[in-house]
Amino acid sequence: MSTNHQTAHRNAKQDPEKPWLNPNAKPFVRFQNVSKQFGDFTAVDSINLDIYKGEMFALVGGSGCGKTTLLRMLAGFLDPSAGKVMIDGTDVNGVPPYERPVNMMFQSYALFPHMTVEKNIAYALKLDKMEKDERKRRIDEALEMVQMSKFAHRKPHQLSGGQRQRVALARALIKRPKVLLLDEPLSALDKKLREATQFELMAIQYKLGITFIFVTHDQEEAMALSSRIAVLDKGQVIQVGTPSEIYEFPNSRFVAEFVGSTNMFEGTVVEDTPNQVVIESASTKGNINVDDVGRYQIGQTVWVNVRPEKIKLSKTKPAKHAGLNVLEGTVSELGYRGNHVIYRVKAASGKIIMVFAQSQNRTEELDITWDDKVFISWEADGCIIVKS
Amino acid sequence: MSKFLRKFDFLQVILILSLALLYIPIIVMVVGSFNASQLANHWTGFTLEWFVKLFNDRRVLEAALLSVEIAFLASTISVILGTLIGISLVRVPRFFGRLLLTTMITAPLVMPDVITGLCQALLFNQTRVLFGWPTQGGFVTILLAHITFTMAYAAVTIQSRMLTVDRSLEDAAMDLGAGPVRAFVEITLPIIAPALFSSWLLGLTLSLDDVVIASFVTGPGATTLPMTIYSKVKLGVSPDMNALATIILAIVGAGVIISNIIMVRAEKQRQLDESKAMAEAH
Amino acid sequence: MSDSTNTEAATAPNSGAKKKNFLVRIISNNSKWLMIAPPLYYMVFLFLIPFLLALKISFADSILAVPPFTAIYEYKDDHLLLNLSLLNFQALGHDVVTYKNELIYNFGNLVGWIGGLFSSAPAVVTEVVAPEPSQYLSAFVESLRLATIATIVCLLIGYPVAYAIARAPKSRQNIYIMLVILPFWTSFLLRVYALQGVLRDSGLLNQLLIFMGFIDEPIHILQTSLAVQIGIAYSYAPFMVLPLYATLQKLDPALLEAASDLGSRPFRAFLDVTLPLSMPGVIAGSMLTFIPAMGEYIIPDMLGGPGVQTIGRVLWDTFFNDRDWPMAAAVSIAFLLFLVVPIGIYQYYSIREREA
Repeated sequence: MSTNHQTAHRNAKQDPEKPWLNPNAKPFVRFQNVSKQFGDFTAVDSINLDIYKGEMFALVGGSGCGKTTLLRMLAGFLDPSAGKVMIDGTDVNGVPPYERPVNMMFQSYALFPHMTVEKNIAYALKLDKMEKDERKRRIDEALEMVQMSKFAHRKPHQLSGGQRQRVALARALIKRPKVLLLDEPLSALDKKLREATQFELMAIQYKLGITFIFVTHDQEEAMALSSRIAVLDKGQVIQVGTPSEIYEFPNSRFVAEFVGSTNMFEGTVVEDTPNQVVIESASTKGNINVDDVGRYQIGQTVWVNVRPEKIKLSKTKPAKHAGLNVLEGTVSELGYRGNHVIYRVKAASGKIIMVFAQSQNRTEELDITWDDKVFISWEADGCIIVKS
Repeated sequence: MSKFLRKFDFLQVILILSLALLYIPIIVMVVGSFNASQLANHWTGFTLEWFVKLFNDRRVLEAALLSVEIAFLASTISVILGTLIGISLVRVPRFFGRLLLTTMITAPLVMPDVITGLCQALLFNQTRVLFGWPTQGGFVTILLAHITFTMAYAAVTIQSRMLTVDRSLEDAAMDLGAGPVRAFVEITLPIIAPALFSSWLLGLTLSLDDVVIASFVTGPGATTLPMTIYSKVKLGVSPDMNALATIILAIVGAGVIISNIIMVRAEKQRQLDESKAMAEAH
Repeated sequence: MSDSTNTEAATAPNSGAKKKNFLVRIISNNSKWLMIAPPLYYMVFLFLIPFLLALKISFADSILAVPPFTAIYEYKDDHLLLNLSLLNFQALGHDVVTYKNELIYNFGNLVGWIGGLFSSAPAVVTEVVAPEPSQYLSAFVESLRLATIATIVCLLIGYPVAYAIARAPKSRQNIYIMLVILPFWTSFLLRVYALQGVLRDSGLLNQLLIFMGFIDEPIHILQTSLAVQIGIAYSYAPFMVLPLYATLQKLDPALLEAASDLGSRPFRAFLDVTLPLSMPGVIAGSMLTFIPAMGEYIIPDMLGGPGVQTIGRVLWDTFFNDRDWPMAAAVSIAFLLFLVVPIGIYQYYSIREREA
């Protein structure tokens, strides 16, 4: 992993809420040089990853990036081809799933169709031969927690999608695992329910203090839920960080493009002062100013990455000040999204630049329409350089 | 629209006609079993004589008992072995002899009976020469031969069912602390139980229906029900066989109709529950 | 932020976990085998080996002894003697019964075996009979004819029936399918017997035809190959309807609506959309009818009379009446070789269907 200069100074801070910043903190779950091969296919390629107690950790990536393989190795359904998986300081390689202190909530929920809600939740306790009264108490508590007490005697097919999801959650939590694994926990729910459930999930995690590790292909879901995110691609971890770090300080074009929308300008470094870097780019037919403390070589190829919401759009030329980047262009497309408007502006170089304009009042931004000549501008600290 | 209607009617007519053709011979046979006349073409009066005759026929009763014994054992053993095959083929991605096993369970389904029968006869003859066993054909040889082909049917049915079982159910059970065997017995087995039952019934029927293979492998003294029926009906009209057919039809018909009603009810209940759950969610 | 992921790999490997891993693997491998072995060995011993035995015996000669065939190899004076007879296979095509026992290929001892393959000519052929088509060949041709016609008839009846069921309201589909399957759960023999009753000279069919004035005298249907064709079509029609129904029922009605929306008339839409998509069902159904019909014994025996000699009957007679086991084995092997193509097609489709 390459170090990212923007966050280097933060590591000095000692924050009990952010154990990953503390060099003395012990990781709770640790992947150590873990690889997994399926025949010729390398699903996971020597991954190192530390996850701390109480985290809500997201593994994000496209299909086939290895995120589910990582989760299944943690659950014990797969053994790594190389490397070590540690849970709470113990190497768990070769320990079968039924002896691991982790539980999983499955993407399909995997509720046993021939058992009632109550029996599904009780299953793990029955296997543990827990005493009956205690078992009953724990089940009632779990049902209460997910607000499913009313439905205890229903079978899974008699429940709605959201109810099934809650039963699956209760069942996975009943043994009070050290780590809860969630495979695409919200993917089967519709949009409205998904948003409500996100908050529920966060509340439960906060209340129980259990480490949650979840897999999702939906970067918005990852952003909304997690304390930290690992972005994976082709079996490798590309970047690990808090949601805002990942969004505001992506370490590569891949991460910048995977998380949210972005405009990417390729160019070469022409000037490198301690606080600002100037990049010459063919797509802007000029220079771009970027606030950056990194060290670059003159002539080095880099990419400037500007988020669409950080760009301002106007019909009149904005007043020039130090560090402001201004381009001229023509609106080629616009899409109304209610809470914002998406403009696609064609710059003089032919490059299409995407701009999200928030509507402050009801008519202002819509004044700009198809084929209008416009100015687009962004601040030097509104963009970021990535080297790969 | 009228074109669609005409097409629909035409298909409907073919359907009804075909079903009628399918059932007319059977109905004639059932009617014949209550007909006092020995000849099937004239109704001379109602009688239960043929049923009485059937129940007094020691040969038929003994053969029926033998057939039922063989069919019960063969279908039970073949469901057990077929389940093992079903799990192996669906859950174990590669093992020695996988392709061979796949081929061996599909081939008997289409293999002509005469060939299966001949091959089995040659086998038992060979073991008799080599090991002196079996001294003569009979119960055991018929049973072994019947297991061979009923197992193929069971394996194919169970494999298809296993393919549709969500694998994460077993994973979930193991995740919650069940060992692999326990996960299978407590989770997968109850889910595939209906398929096991229907392949057991299928095995029972196939075994009770076989005359060719049994003829090849049997020996003196062991005659199954189909073999007895065959020797009787080959010669022509045999009203007590009409009576037997009526009894078999009554048992099978009642069974199929009852199970169908139960299935339809369960399905309706399930749909009702599902729509209720959906309605509550909104 | 990267320091959190830069963990050192240099910790000593946990040998305890490694050992356990190994043990678990051995146990799980064994238990896997414990599950696979019983049915696999059962099928090998009771399906594969019998077939190989038939293959072996088909190269032997028939004798009056127990067992009634010659050994194809003997071990005598440190020499392995192979007696491979190709007579049975020659007899399949032509009647060569008269000089059968003299065409034995005697191969030399084990050392000279390979050389023997080239040098040893057939032993003396005393008599050459003008070859005539054998009963096996003509029975085979007859079986092929009957099975083909019956399969086509089944398809012509089965397709519209399956189509009608698939298009019927959902609630009625189950009832229709149950009605199609119901006879299958009863005795096959008794169904053929029932058909025999309908087809006989004094049976319902002739009575009906006379009553309706089509004929004056009863026509002889029983004891002809027509009766066998009717019998096969009658008995195997459900096997045609079920796979056809399965594929037709899966067909998305929106496809036909789309075809109609794009300007296709109903019949044209059927030809362009329904028929091609139902081909897997057509093939499965045809094979499920054709293959067993080729080897059918009961139906030709009960409905066909002595005039209709099919391969199944000839095989039965060769085994039970002539007690010529090698010949029966050779007939089976040759028949199976012929069936390899349709069985292969069926296997291909059914395995693909099941594992898709």
